[in-house]
Amino acid sequence: MEDWRRGRSAFWLIGLGPTVWLVLFFLLPLTIVWLYSFAELRGVVDMEVTGTLSNYARALDPLYLEVFGKSLVFAGITTGVSLVVGFPVALAIVFATPRWRPVLLLLVILPFWTNLLIRTYALIAVLRVRGFANFTLEWFWEQSTTLLSLLGLGSYQLLGERFEPLELLYNNTAVIIGLVYVHLPFMVLPLYAALEKLDRSLIEAALDLGASQWRAFLTVVVPLSMPGIISGAILVFIPALGSFLTPDLLGGTDSQMIANVIERQFKSANDWPFGAALSFLLMYLTFAALALRAVFARNAGGL
Amino acid sequence: MSSSGTAPAANSGSPIIEVSGLCKRFGSFSAVENIDLTIGRGEFFALLGPSGCGKTTLLRMLAGLELPSDGTIRIDGQDMSFVPANKRPINMVFQSYAVFPHMSVLDNVGYGLRIDGVPGDEIRRRAEEALELVKLGGFGARRPDQLSGGQRQRVALARALVKRPKVLLLDEPLSALDAKLREAMRLELVNLQETVGITFVIVTHDQSEALSMATRIAVMNQGTVQQIAPPAELYEFPASRFVADFIGSVNLLEGRVEAASGGRIRLACPGIATPIEMEQDRLPAVGSTGWVALRPEKIDITKEPPVEAGMNTVSGKVEEITYLGETSVYHVRIAPDLPLMKVSSANLDRVTRRAFTWEDPVHLSWTSSCGVVLDR
Ligand SMILES: Nc1ncnc2c1ncn2[C@@H]1O[C@H](COP(=O)(O)OP(=O)(O)OP(=O)(O)O)[C@@H](O)[C@H]1O
Ligand SMILES: [Mg+2]
Repeated sequence: MEDWRRGRSAFWLIGLGPTVWLVLFFLLPLTIVWLYSFAELRGVVDMEVTGTLSNYARALDPLYLEVFGKSLVFAGITTGVSLVVGFPVALAIVFATPRWRPVLLLLVILPFWTNLLIRTYALIAVLRVRGFANFTLEWFWEQSTTLLSLLGLGSYQLLGERFEPLELLYNNTAVIIGLVYVHLPFMVLPLYAALEKLDRSLIEAALDLGASQWRAFLTVVVPLSMPGIISGAILVFIPALGSFLTPDLLGGTDSQMIANVIERQFKSANDWPFGAALSFLLMYLTFAALALRAVFARNAGGL
Repeated sequence: MSSSGTAPAANSGSPIIEVSGLCKRFGSFSAVENIDLTIGRGEFFALLGPSGCGKTTLLRMLAGLELPSDGTIRIDGQDMSFVPANKRPINMVFQSYAVFPHMSVLDNVGYGLRIDGVPGDEIRRRAEEALELVKLGGFGARRPDQLSGGQRQRVALARALVKRPKVLLLDEPLSALDAKLREAMRLELVNLQETVGITFVIVTHDQSEALSMATRIAVMNQGTVQQIAPPAELYEFPASRFVADFIGSVNLLEGRVEAASGGRIRLACPGIATPIEMEQDRLPAVGSTGWVALRPEKIDITKEPPVEAGMNTVSGKVEEITYLGETSVYHVRIAPDLPLMKVSSANLDRVTRRAFTWEDPVHLSWTSSCGVVLDR
């Protein structure tokens, strides 16, 4: 068989399609937007690339820095919660019997089969004042109250006079819940991949040497699944940082993330140069996060 | 399932491990069936058996990594059947070594001590001592992926030994090594066991490994223990055809017991002209089926019939010769429908001057005390 590297023409032919696609639909628009970020508005829609840095200067205004900060915090919390929730899920899938494993994996990726918008509206139906979460709580409240009155404690009204529904929607918590819900599969899948490769006898060796289950988990399972943890964290953190639908639909007035601000510049505010500058700042931030990860990876001995 | 050999342990005193009626079932499959076993302090005990006979399962139950379906395990007098692995005074060297890949060699060895909350400088000292013991002094800073298979195995050994367990379990510790290294490690393991004085329970499916290292051997088959005895007894007095065949090489001649009294047994074997006479304390019932088990090296092969009286003799024809270096094995046809008899004979002279060759008529003879008659 011929060495594929020597088949030059075939190589170029195969490579041509993706290259054209990448240049045309990724690099070119990105460059245009990058140029916009150095432009000034002229009239309502016209702009002129003048090489000004005023857009970036404006983006560093405390007002926007705060939104950037909030986005970072939201994305960070989302990553943390996803990790804490996702780890047991991934472990459960790995330790499930071979018959159940594909079923459980399917359940994890099942949400992808539905549009994000629909899923977010479904979350609204769950979280709103007259939503399923509050219905469930109310049911528990009623059962407990009935139980208390059966015990002859009804007159004290220990659980309050009426059920007070919780305000679960249109605040920062709702945004975090939504972000975790949307991004959890991105954490579970790399964790599953890492844990699946883990040699069970290593855990058994730790137990055999006297470690408790928890200690074995911390000293053997976690360090050895570090590649999965890092991949999962990146896969959750980056899209969470730039998410705009979830804070838009689930958040309150103070839950705006940077993508919401960017969207506004491109649409209602019609200030494309400023939106472009904000977009690129977000991208630099993402790159910084990735660079930080690379540094960590090097320190952890190439994990 | 009898345990005929209940020879005393190397060091007497109360046993360190007592297993009784132990069973392990996976669904409807029985991996370990009703095992009784007593292991004495300081013994080098071997579990020997073909692949899949339940050796690892038994060992894992001793370690606490698998819970028994039935029966009890007592360790040092205490019932530990359902005590979790991390609370047992037992450590294990895994079949796959299970050396932690994310820790240095020293951290691997010190792991168990760190769990126990031993102070840092003592961990270091004891871990280095343990590495010295397995001849890995100076390897502490290395990562496991910078070690050879044999070295990794010794790290696993040091890691288990450093905790001074009452019993050390080793699951086929030498199976991944090449023949030369394996031989060397056998000797090292025996020396090590004598140095530290810890009871060793080793799993192997290599009979020469078990024979050369163990003080006592339990031969297992399909989840049951077939026989427990010291190596020489196991070889000379196997309790069943399975054991006789599994340990070394054996010729089995089937026959009917014609007479059995006064320590002498006479069997009539179809295909063999004269009845075979054997001496043995344990007498089978007259009329029952028996098997004469003869080791190939205990049979004489000669051109002329033997002159001494009282020898069992059969005649046959050499059909095949296997040259093994120090010995040759002659495969002799003694009757058309009996399996070939294997006879091994030392190559005292050069092969070109061998006394017999293919198709030579020969006489095989053996004394009445150099084999056993088996009843199962
Ligand atoms: N978790 C399990 N589930 C079902 N069957 C099992 C399980 N573990 C072991 N077995 C079965 O139990 C039997 C004994 O297994 P075990 O590992 O003890 O064999 P072994 O004697 O150690 O063999 P080897 O010499 O090949 O290591 C095998 O038939 C195996 O298939
Ligand atoms: Mg095994």
